[in-house]
Amino acid sequence: MGKLFAVVVAVITLVATAIFVMHVWWPPADISVHGPGIDRQLGETMVMAGVLFVVSQLALALFAWQYSSGDGRKIKTFPGGPMPLVVAAIVIVGIETLALTFVGSKVWAGIFQAPPDPNSLQVDVQAEQFAFYFRYPGPDGSFAATHPELINEANENYFGLDPAHEVDARDDIVVPSLVIPVNRPILLRMHAKDVNHSFYVPELRIQQDFVPGLVIPLHFTATQTGKYEIVCTQLCGLGHYNMRAYVEVMSPGEFDQWLKEKAAQQ
Amino acid sequence: MNPPAVPAAAHHHAPPQGFLRRHVFSLDHKVIGKQYLDLALVAVCIGMGLSWLMRLHLAWPNLPIPGLEKLSPNGAANGVITPEYYLSLMTMHATIMVFFVLTSAPFAGFGNYFLPIQVGAEDMAFPRFNMMSFWTTCVAFLVIVSSFFVSDGPALSGWTAYAPLSAVGKDAGPGQGLGQTLWALSIAIFCVGQLFGSLNFVATTLDLRTKGMTLARMPFSTWAWFITSVIGLIAFSVLLAACILLLLDRVAGTSFFIPAGLVISDRLQPHSGGSPLLWQHLFWFFGHPEVYIAILPGFGIVSHILPVFARKPLLGPRVMIGCMAVIGLLSYTIWGHHMFLSGMNPFSALLFSVPTLIITIPSTIATLLWIGTVYGAKLRLQTPALFCLGFISVFVSGGLSGFFLAQPSIDTYLHATYFVVAHFHFVMAVAAMFGIFAGTYFWFPKMFGSMMNETLGKWHFWLTFIGVYCVFFPMHYLGLAGNVRRYSAFTDDYLKPLIPLHRFITVAALFTGAAQLIFLYNLIRSRFRGPTAPDNPWEATTLEWSTTSPPPFDNFGGHPPVVSHGPNEYGVQGATGDYVMQAAPGAPRTH
Repeated sequence: MGKLFAVVVAVITLVATAIFVMHVWWPPADISVHGPGIDRQLGETMVMAGVLFVVSQLALALFAWQYSSGDGRKIKTFPGGPMPLVVAAIVIVGIETLALTFVGSKVWAGIFQAPPDPNSLQVDVQAEQFAFYFRYPGPDGSFAATHPELINEANENYFGLDPAHEVDARDDIVVPSLVIPVNRPILLRMHAKDVNHSFYVPELRIQQDFVPGLVIPLHFTATQTGKYEIVCTQLCGLGHYNMRAYVEVMSPGEFDQWLKEKAAQQ
Repeated sequence: MNPPAVPAAAHHHAPPQGFLRRHVFSLDHKVIGKQYLDLALVAVCIGMGLSWLMRLHLAWPNLPIPGLEKLSPNGAANGVITPEYYLSLMTMHATIMVFFVLTSAPFAGFGNYFLPIQVGAEDMAFPRFNMMSFWTTCVAFLVIVSSFFVSDGPALSGWTAYAPLSAVGKDAGPGQGLGQTLWALSIAIFCVGQLFGSLNFVATTLDLRTKGMTLARMPFSTWAWFITSVIGLIAFSVLLAACILLLLDRVAGTSFFIPAGLVISDRLQPHSGGSPLLWQHLFWFFGHPEVYIAILPGFGIVSHILPVFARKPLLGPRVMIGCMAVIGLLSYTIWGHHMFLSGMNPFSALLFSVPTLIITIPSTIATLLWIGTVYGAKLRLQTPALFCLGFISVFVSGGLSGFFLAQPSIDTYLHATYFVVAHFHFVMAVAAMFGIFAGTYFWFPKMFGSMMNETLGKWHFWLTFIGVYCVFFPMHYLGLAGNVRRYSAFTDDYLKPLIPLHRFITVAALFTGAAQLIFLYNLIRSRFRGPTAPDNPWEATTLEWSTTSPPPFDNFGGHPPVVSHGPNEYGVQGATGDYVMQAAPGAPRTH
């Protein structure tokens, strides 16, 4: 029975590890400036956790194999007692994880604590049950004030703008996709109309919750043109699974052209 | 086996007469423990049924499930699960499993039955509180189950019930009406029940230990229940407060969790001044310690059982107790790792990350001590031992994925994906269930006076062990590929290529779930038809094995045992074999 346990654990361990090593399922290629830091951190953690996984499972399997039979044999205590294991855990796990923290905290700080580039393109994002809307300031370069009491889905006034009374509200561009130029820092100002939502683009290696009542800044730079899905990852009600939008990363020329066309439509 | 004669007059307590007092509103901790376990058994059947429905829906979203329309005419017209009903099933699965199974069985169930016996007491310190604890929990269970039958369905905001979705009421959509109110009410009641229970555990452990039962001689399971109850006292009181505030927001028009300016269903909400993050802090201040409330009894049970079947003492007994205590202490410093991306100050993510990584050290030490205990053992691989070995394996698998999620930078990618689902199912659900299974096979003879069937037990172990790896390990791969959780369908988007893997998981889940019928059958059959159990079938040392199977009403027949030995004396020459029972006479030692 112990030998069977050992074989089963060994097979599970090796198959599970092989699928990781062969990258059968793996994050999609990164398209952000900060992403390689996250990927490196993920890779290093994978190696560390992988080694601990294989070593501990195989040790368990080996001991179950070795010590399941043999009545008449005397029991043996672990060489050196518990102390070597305690020291090993503190030294190996402690130092490795703390080292990862120090490296990882730089990656984290670079994304969430570093100030945005002053030349960032600012986009205002509103999340609601069950859609995202994106607002650009238009030719005047300024975002108009929003008034929650004016929000009206039927009139497509998703942000609660007041173009009748406010001049700078008249040129604000509101679209259901995030359109951005490649290689230019983007600064999102995120707010929610109703409940918690989240902004997740796996390729951009970025995720951030929307919290009602807060405006949360988020900045990143995309390095590849293309069209990628934005998904909501914070349970927001029945249509949660359908809360999607696209981020379209364009060349700077295409982006300027797009912005001009949209401004002309206002 | 009778306890050794002690110079104390036998003081036998007779059981009460009358069916209600004996079996329903009993003050006997053993009956209450069994009631908790029975409640958990009912709850786990419902919880697993719900997970089957979820898995079927994820693999084949348009599959009609016969009969489901009868349970929910709106949620599953023609038996096809709607997206909102999927979320309800998920919410109820998690709520029932976390509260009514993973807390009720290993902590309240086994703890109630065995903690007093293991410290040599006749009963809990406050038997009436103890009875109230169970019946309060039972009311909480009835309330949560009743929400299946309200008009707009059960709550669907997840077991985390994030505000404002859970706080604003009907405007936010189906499941946010009466169902969500019943959810908050049920959890509030549950907290009260657990507070009664935890108080009792603490008082009993500290005050009712028999002569010679020093703290250092307490069995590891007793230590685990004691530490867990200390965690529970703090955690459940915070959640109780949070649920009361949530109820007030829902029914009394307060705004603890709802800020100004929210427009829901085209209606400006009449609230202002609240904070959604406040709910998250209160919830996770409970929620993370809750993970340890679920798993620490498993630590105790495995540390208690493994030496019995290894026929050697647990390696580093004091280190193990220290690990459990350190984990209990640190469990209050790490709740923020659930909130790295919640919009709280990003600097605090680093503050929460460091203790989260540090808590892996006592967990690693505990794991190495178990593996080190297997080294050089004379293993008797009966079913309880197999589940202990299985526990170690799944705990390693689940624990290691914690390294990823503890780092905010990696969490940026993996948060809210199936990687998280894999992590917490392995480390808290499957590992805790393996602890429950080990405890059941081990203590069943004591509780019911009959043995469980070994062959069925082994089949149950193998199918479950391989099954859970097939169900939950692939979820790591899904998460790595960016598959987000809490989604009711992946039909037409970037997740579509992952559907075959989801189907594999669903098939594995159906098989693994079906394998539990073997356990159920074994449980019921052995209760009535199992061969009679001797007093100490496993040759174990602790006090529960010094009394009859099952124990008399007052546990030791009026002869409280006197303890002269620690719980860990295996592999030594004793009077009866290779072990010395705690109650065996011996030179009194000082600790």
